[in-house]
Amino acid sequence: MAALYEATTLCVLNVGPGGSDSGISGIEPSADDDQVVVTDSARSVTVYKVSDKKALGSWTVKQGQTVTCPAIYNPQTSEYVVVTDSKVIRVWKDSDINIDRAFKTTVSADVWRVLSVPDSEPLVLFQRGAVRRLDTLLADPQQPVENVLPEEAVIRWSAVLNVEQQPCLMFLSEQKGETLLLMQRRHPDSAARYRLEGGEAPLSCSALPCDGGVRLFCLYSSGSVYESVVPIRGAGGVVEEVQPLPRTLLLNLPVGEGKLESASAVSLDDAHVALVGVPHPSAGPGKDFLCIWNTNFQTLQAAKEMAGRIYGQLWCSCGKLYVPHGKSLSVIPFKCQKSSLAAAMGKLRQAGSNGTIASAEEVQKKVSAFLSNLKNLHVIQVAAGGLASVLVSRCQEQPGFYPHSALVQLVHSQCLSYSVCPHLLTLALEKKDYALCQFCLQVFPDIPEAVACSCLKAFLSESDGTLDTVSLERDSVAFVEGLIANSTQEGGETQSSMPLDMKCPVGLHKAVLLNEILQVAYSDCFLLLHLKTLSAPQVILFLQYLQFLYGKYSQDLHTQVSALRSPAMTQILDWICLLVDAHFTVLVMAPEARELLSHLHKVVRLQVKVFSELGKIEGCLQALQKAKQSGDVCQYSIEVIELF
Amino acid sequence: MGEFTVHRVRFFHYMPSGICAMAFNRRTERLAVARTDGSVELYSRTDHFFQEKVVPGRQQRSIQALCWVGKRLFGAGLSGEIAEFDLDNLRLKFSQDAYGGPIWSIVCNPQGTHLAAGCEDGTVKLFEILEDQIRFERNMGGQKGRIISLAWHSSGTKIAAGMIDMIKVFDLDSGNAVQRLLVERGSRMQQSQECVVWSVLFLSDIIVSGDSAGKVKMWDVNTGTLIKNHQVTEWDVLTLSVSQDETSLFAGTSEGTVVQFQLLDVVLGQEEKEWVRTRTFKNHTHDVIALAEADTVIISGGMDTQLVVRPLLDKLDFKSRDSSLLKILFPQRSLVSCAKKAGLLLFQYPTHLELWRLGDTEGHGPPGCILPVSRNPEKLLHLKIKGEDHVCCSAVAPCGEWIAYSTTSGIRLYRLQRDNKNVSITKVPKLPKVLRHAHQLCFSPDSSHLYGTTSSAVHVVALTSAGCKFEHSLKPKSGSTHPVRLLAVSSDGKFLASANSNSEIHIYNMHKLKAHCTVPVYRSGVSAMGIHPETNNLVIVHADHQIFEFSIEQMQYTDWSRRVQKEGLHHVWLERDTPVINVTFNPQNPNHVILHDSYMFCIIDQSLPLPDRKSQFHNQLTLKSLPEAERLKHSHAFKECKLYQPLLCVDMLENQSLVVVERPLLDITTNLPAPVRQKKFAT
Repeated sequence: MAALYEATTLCVLNVGPGGSDSGISGIEPSADDDQVVVTDSARSVTVYKVSDKKALGSWTVKQGQTVTCPAIYNPQTSEYVVVTDSKVIRVWKDSDINIDRAFKTTVSADVWRVLSVPDSEPLVLFQRGAVRRLDTLLADPQQPVENVLPEEAVIRWSAVLNVEQQPCLMFLSEQKGETLLLMQRRHPDSAARYRLEGGEAPLSCSALPCDGGVRLFCLYSSGSVYESVVPIRGAGGVVEEVQPLPRTLLLNLPVGEGKLESASAVSLDDAHVALVGVPHPSAGPGKDFLCIWNTNFQTLQAAKEMAGRIYGQLWCSCGKLYVPHGKSLSVIPFKCQKSSLAAAMGKLRQAGSNGTIASAEEVQKKVSAFLSNLKNLHVIQVAAGGLASVLVSRCQEQPGFYPHSALVQLVHSQCLSYSVCPHLLTLALEKKDYALCQFCLQVFPDIPEAVACSCLKAFLSESDGTLDTVSLERDSVAFVEGLIANSTQEGGETQSSMPLDMKCPVGLHKAVLLNEILQVAYSDCFLLLHLKTLSAPQVILFLQYLQFLYGKYSQDLHTQVSALRSPAMTQILDWICLLVDAHFTVLVMAPEARELLSHLHKVVRLQVKVFSELGKIEGCLQALQKAKQSGDVCQYSIEVIELF
Repeated sequence: MGEFTVHRVRFFHYMPSGICAMAFNRRTERLAVARTDGSVELYSRTDHFFQEKVVPGRQQRSIQALCWVGKRLFGAGLSGEIAEFDLDNLRLKFSQDAYGGPIWSIVCNPQGTHLAAGCEDGTVKLFEILEDQIRFERNMGGQKGRIISLAWHSSGTKIAAGMIDMIKVFDLDSGNAVQRLLVERGSRMQQSQECVVWSVLFLSDIIVSGDSAGKVKMWDVNTGTLIKNHQVTEWDVLTLSVSQDETSLFAGTSEGTVVQFQLLDVVLGQEEKEWVRTRTFKNHTHDVIALAEADTVIISGGMDTQLVVRPLLDKLDFKSRDSSLLKILFPQRSLVSCAKKAGLLLFQYPTHLELWRLGDTEGHGPPGCILPVSRNPEKLLHLKIKGEDHVCCSAVAPCGEWIAYSTTSGIRLYRLQRDNKNVSITKVPKLPKVLRHAHQLCFSPDSSHLYGTTSSAVHVVALTSAGCKFEHSLKPKSGSTHPVRLLAVSSDGKFLASANSNSEIHIYNMHKLKAHCTVPVYRSGVSAMGIHPETNNLVIVHADHQIFEFSIEQMQYTDWSRRVQKEGLHHVWLERDTPVINVTFNPQNPNHVILHDSYMFCIIDQSLPLPDRKSQFHNQLTLKSLPEAERLKHSHAFKECKLYQPLLCVDMLENQSLVVVERPLLDITTNLPAPVRQKKFAT
């Protein structure tokens, strides 16, 4: 099974006139897995940190100059390389602010692309097919460049792959209705030409190394994806004659009427290919999707609708797909499992590539090992999410299996969010694992209102006795303990004309859990909808608790009780408002709520009074300030001046 | 130069009135401006818009329209009366009820023989202009709907009348309405609201109207059809004005903008011309109610009380003082009189007077510091004016025991007795009959005499503790009838100088009670003058900022004056845009002459050389930074101080402390009504 995760917007596109061009000419990996170099089709090159969605640096060439090939990052020298106006090669470092001041040199022929080669010097591919190493070219920029291709030939695609630890450059050239694949290797020096079957140039190409050769995936405008295996000969030598390259049909995608115009395919692994611009087989027309297809079984594995126009561009870098659509460039992390029929059919029962069923303790150990091994936070996020969802689905399948500590550990790694593993929280609720619930509520930044509300319902309806046996986070418990202790201490002393001093209406642990709910981020119009599902006793209980909290807060007691996390006064008041809004008629009708309501009414009146007093003070202070300002502009003064 | 203690006074709450009508006389180049308090001011276009005359206002008088007929000025307003102003005696000559309800507009015909008044009852009333009166001739129209605006065709045979939702064109021969042009609000939403035609112009072949829908519309005279419609503002177009050659017209709006239209060639070099909206000026914060076009300038005035003279740079050839924007906000006469000996200030408001005693200090301090006030200023008197007329002049005697004021209907003189805390005031009865009202009042330095002027004559009244006694009337030999604008008495009481609005200065010997001499007439009006306490030299400052010093005893200009004229004044001084309104002297240093206008005061040290063309005029900061030894080398006669502004009065008390009366602009603007709401960016 392959999965596409939550899309994030990396940057806003500078869409060209007419909107037909995404404005991006290339996305290349940069210094580390979390950085990419995005090249604008006009004049600028920007380096983004993907997880932060932040630009780390941006360089723009002068007006009148154009960037003609996507910038690449040369990890050997930690430099960026770009070609402007086809002939000028510019090299600069992160520390250079102005690209125009950086190194540049003019070469004697038009450059098609600069290609980064893993663990080696980048290669420069000229428009007429010649290839040079960047360092040798820069050493003698004006060196003569031979013409490999005839003049009318156009290069359509190029790539460099590491095949058997050796870089292998390949590019497609189109001329006179036939498409040739040219392949070059340095060690041993070899070159070969292949003629693609069918003649017509593919819309999009992608290559993967495989045993003894390279697998070339080509997407044609008819919607077909063909695969060709290009053999790599061990021996060197230049083969001048053009060899035919057979192809096999991998996928025949429904195109609807007409042909595909702009689409792109990227092979993700030997069995999966990601496509944009190809219609979703079951969605209606006019919608654009990013799809992952399994080529072994011709099944659609994952799809994601892309809002706005798709430009038929797709890049893949470090486990993330980059799709420009509409007015933004989205980053979509993905995951492909090993292709199996069961996975392809969505019927894989359990996690673990070995297929054996591990016990909860084993899972726990593996999870610990997994977490301790992974250093790169970004990779963890995807992997931990996958792991958690596998565990959750196994828990749902197997009633006896519940790896509590493994899940807690995963949640604690702070790598999870609700959207990565949507069923975890509901599972915890089902299993009455309130400790895990608390952690989830604390850690997840994106809990939907409906889920928060179902948590609230569960907490409210659970008996205090059961809850008190649960071990909850110590700090939050200490906070509520502090509140309750204060109330019992001072309860007798103060006159309770206002309902500020009351006993805590819920048990200690229930209060702790309710506090967590109060701190969940929400949008009130959505929450209001779900709050209406609370029953009247639940509402009254919760309101009483909120009132208790409010009373404590207005006594300034909470400042004496220090805690890392505690609900804010405004959060309490907002919740009171929302609850009363949602259940006002019920509360008015319920006799047991009468006292509560009248107390709340008093609270509101008190607040209004306080605010009106504050308003007066504000007015006074303002007047004071004004008076101070106009101190020198009084009605009368006697001054001394001197004229010279 | 020296240190001065300055009493900085801000408790004179002077509030100018909004401008409600204007009329420009092209022949005499005089601009008449009517204000909401009923006063009328006359400015001279040729003399840098110097305020020559002021006809004081009156309660309940509202002037809606002014109209020049030759040299005569007529006005009419919501009281329903047409009045003529007596510009020699600065009062109403006569007023006559038109019997048509409130009058919104008056115009005279091009021949200057008839006046037409647009009345509330919907009639246009024609009056024949006679020598000393006007005579009703006939009515035109007379159905429902008030006549808001009127315009007379240059042929004199047709009148266009702007009404509510329509314009009617009356034929003078038949007296009937010959055309009815419907003016609508345009958009359907607002059609229920009426559309007031605030202003019409009758050009030779088109009628132009400005209405409350914010549109300037051009109508064909012959067919009565709308030719062109310009949406100028979302609010009202209140006033229109056209140049004499009918190639340029201006519209004033409620937003405070003035919009210019010009008759331009549609295609270059071809006959066909079209009215094109060209420029927009925004110099007002409130409604522009009145506009006047005077060849090279457009003059606008409105609720924000300032008179803005905007030069039309396309009609000016070279840069001069006339090519800069001029804003007239403060009166060009002094509303404050100062009793130098007693340390009292008399503030003249339109309907009351206030007498204040200045505070005192015992502190001393370095320059720049504010001294502690040991005694606060005290309001001794609040004197309400009897009758409906506004005060036209007032004076307090140097000893502080006498106060006099005059309205157009009478003069009142009060004796003020002050013992420790109590102030008592007694009205002095039986003022001489000749002194029925005065344009200028002043007391002799020893407080023994009161001088008052009616028209051109100066009347002398002796003051004793028992009462007052008329002594003499002095009349200029030339027989000029121009009203006296300024009076100055020498400190020994021997000489009295009077300057009239025609720039003539007469000097009288008060000991002999006869004319002493006259000062040669200069082309620009006298804006301020004063007689030096020791030398009896008369220092005269004119509206064009020229300074003369005239020795009264020798009856000739002094050497210093000749030097000033020979060397010329510094251009910075000559480019100032407000006239000097007071001249006073430093009793301690006879070389010092203190002048002030609205934005600065200046001490002229006559012992120092005059600034030459190249030298820095505002050199106070430079001098301050120089060591004391070098200062004298770099200093020149003009010591300007701009610390205090806007100024209504600067005077020097006997104890060598200066009094400055400031009126901050902010205080005036905050007292104005709210302007029309305008959408501002990001609000």
